[in-house]
Amino acid sequence: MVDTSAIGATDEPFTMVVEYGKVREFARATKSSSPDYLEVASPVIPPTFLTTVSFWSPPGQSVFSKVKMDLRRLLHGGQEYTFHGPPPVAGTTLTVQTRVDDIYQKEGKRGGTMTFVITVTEFRDESGTLVAEARSTAIETGKPATQEGGA
Amino acid sequence: MTSWDDLTVGTAAPERGYGPISRTDIVAYQGASGDFNPIHHDDEFAQSAGYPSAFSVGMLQAGILASYATDWLGPRNVRTFGVQFREQVWPGDRLVCAGSVIARDDAARTVELELVATRVGGGAAIKGTATFAVE
Repeated sequence: MVDTSAIGATDEPFTMVVEYGKVREFARATKSSSPDYLEVASPVIPPTFLTTVSFWSPPGQSVFSKVKMDLRRLLHGGQEYTFHGPPPVAGTTLTVQTRVDDIYQKEGKRGGTMTFVITVTEFRDESGTLVAEARSTAIETGKPATQEGGA
Repeated sequence: MTSWDDLTVGTAAPERGYGPISRTDIVAYQGASGDFNPIHHDDEFAQSAGYPSAFSVGMLQAGILASYATDWLGPRNVRTFGVQFREQVWPGDRLVCAGSVIARDDAARTVELELVATRVGGGAAIKGTATFAVE
């Protein structure tokens, strides 16, 4: 059962360096043909690149451990990124912190009660300026995941 | 590149096909992103969880849809990008990305896009929205 008292919980901030080679690798893997990623010396990050934060987060500190979701019934419902200006460029050191923004339940059409967990991750540059935010919706279904929906 | 004057409500980006999505594509994305969940490349693991085979990473389709949009309006210009996951994508699937302008803000000089990646022979895999600031 999901623990709603986790709303507002944050993890410890940590740093993530935007690596040039990783930006190229990511742009290629997501089928971009833009020279702004593949040829320039200081490429900006692709919109969904911040998902690579999983390389940088210290083990065992995820706020998800506080939410207690059942991983067998977990679906990724949606993902949003906001950039407060051009996306950060390779070489930037970002400070990253995630909070549990909301937890709520809805009755599903097929799978019983679905629990939605919204997390927001903030990315700040070396000067402390908020440059990007990632908002993620995780869904715990009422019964084990099927082929339909989510990924 | 497409300029501000070319963008009005209803302006559509040229449709673009991707794939077939191979297992190599999936593993290349997992290496790029750091998400090594075996359900996306290990059939035995996926079958033990009730799926017929391994299936693509939702964020790969999301990333392809994002690349489609940034290849059109410019990587430096993107301000928001959001997706909702609909149908799963399986190895061998082909995707077609489409997008169009649904709003234009003259004061902010931004356009809002509606985006979709559709499985050929199936339904929408990913629906998305994006905002671009266009010079």
